[in-house]
Amino acid sequence: MFIKIALIVAVMAVALFMLRGQGARRQALRRLGLLLFAALAVVSIVFPDSLTTVAQRLNVGRGADLLLYVLIVVFFSYVASRYVRDRRSAQQLTALARRLALDEAPPPRECVAGPEVAGSEAAGPAEVA
Amino acid sequence: MAQARFDDVWVVIPVYNEAPVLAAVLDDVTGTFGHVCVVDDCSTDGSDAIARGLSGRGVRVLRHPINLGQGAALQTGLEYVLADPLMGRVVTFDADGQHHVPDAAAMAERVGTGELDVVLGSRFLGGAKGAMGGAKRLVLKAAVAYTNLSVGMKLTDTHNGLRAMNRQAAQALHLTQNGMAHATEILEQIKRAGLRYGEHKVEISYSPYAKAKGQSLLNSVNILVDLMLR
Ligand SMILES: Nc1nc2c(ncn2[C@@H]2O[C@H](COP(=O)(O)OP(=O)(O)OP(=O)(O)O)[C@@H](O)[C@H]2O)c(=O)[nH]1
Ligand SMILES: [Mg+2]
Repeated sequence: MFIKIALIVAVMAVALFMLRGQGARRQALRRLGLLLFAALAVVSIVFPDSLTTVAQRLNVGRGADLLLYVLIVVFFSYVASRYVRDRRSAQQLTALARRLALDEAPPPRECVAGPEVAGSEAAGPAEVA
Repeated sequence: MAQARFDDVWVVIPVYNEAPVLAAVLDDVTGTFGHVCVVDDCSTDGSDAIARGLSGRGVRVLRHPINLGQGAALQTGLEYVLADPLMGRVVTFDADGQHHVPDAAAMAERVGTGELDVVLGSRFLGGAKGAMGGAKRLVLKAAVAYTNLSVGMKLTDTHNGLRAMNRQAAQALHLTQNGMAHATEILEQIKRAGLRYGEHKVEISYSPYAKAKGQSLLNSVNILVDLMLR
């Protein structure tokens, strides 16, 4: 019984923790998905056999197998979304670092005055999606 | 001293921890070219100070506040030299002493005649073997075959850091691949912009220093993944 309570508390804590943060539509969808996940997790903890019942309906044998499959799918979609977000922040970081390097650079030629000339052509922050 | 006929040429040199050879390389380059842009990618060995010491010879140093990669450094350099209205040609040159200044000069000359927009260095042109080891050659040749296929070109060397281009070509490049996958990205953008390109036979030296510091063959796996997951 203790393990059940501990698991439920853990699921709630994770769900609450993940619900914090900023964003718009996609964030809202992720939060709804998370709530659903938490509800399902609680159900499967309270009624361990329910998972097996569903698994047998779906022809995957034991509930533990079903859990594993779902986990694999969730894990890979997490990796994929993480990858996309990492790439985006890497691009932003690149633009920022480049801007700094260009702003601190000496003018290209003595006769061409003003450091603000440097890099004014491209790499405005707007270029980074 | 630098030659006047190259006064519209900027040499862009991406640098990451090349302190042991940088002074000699820059000395060599500034003997021919009067405008050199070193993009130091947050080196930790004082490479930037070495380059700054040569500001009297036309070396301008840009420093990324964090290490971003060779592709990012090239793009930064291109944007810097494009801010010089008198810039007509750009040469990209490696800092590890593998490239030869006379090759760079000859390639800049070819761009100068207006015959081509981009001249790409090739260590394999005319069936040359190049001075690298067998495994390296094998990986490079595989990269050439794969890149030609994916880009739709017929080049003999697709991963050579020595290039010369005119202003129009420099403007057409917008590299987003910060790492080594930029070599393929450059070719794609040359193709898409409809630039006139050609290859030029160049010598690549494989000194013990360059060999020890150069790309691990395993990094080709990373480059491939970078290219596929775009
Ligand atoms: N800005 C920057 N330059 C880099 C980085 N890594 C390498 N370079 C520079 O890029 C040039 C070529 O690097 P190498 O690692 O020798 O790559 P390569 O010449 O294509 O490969 P090898 O044939 O093995 O020598 C040198 O001028 C390096 O200093 C990096 O992370 N950032
Ligand atoms: Mg090298």
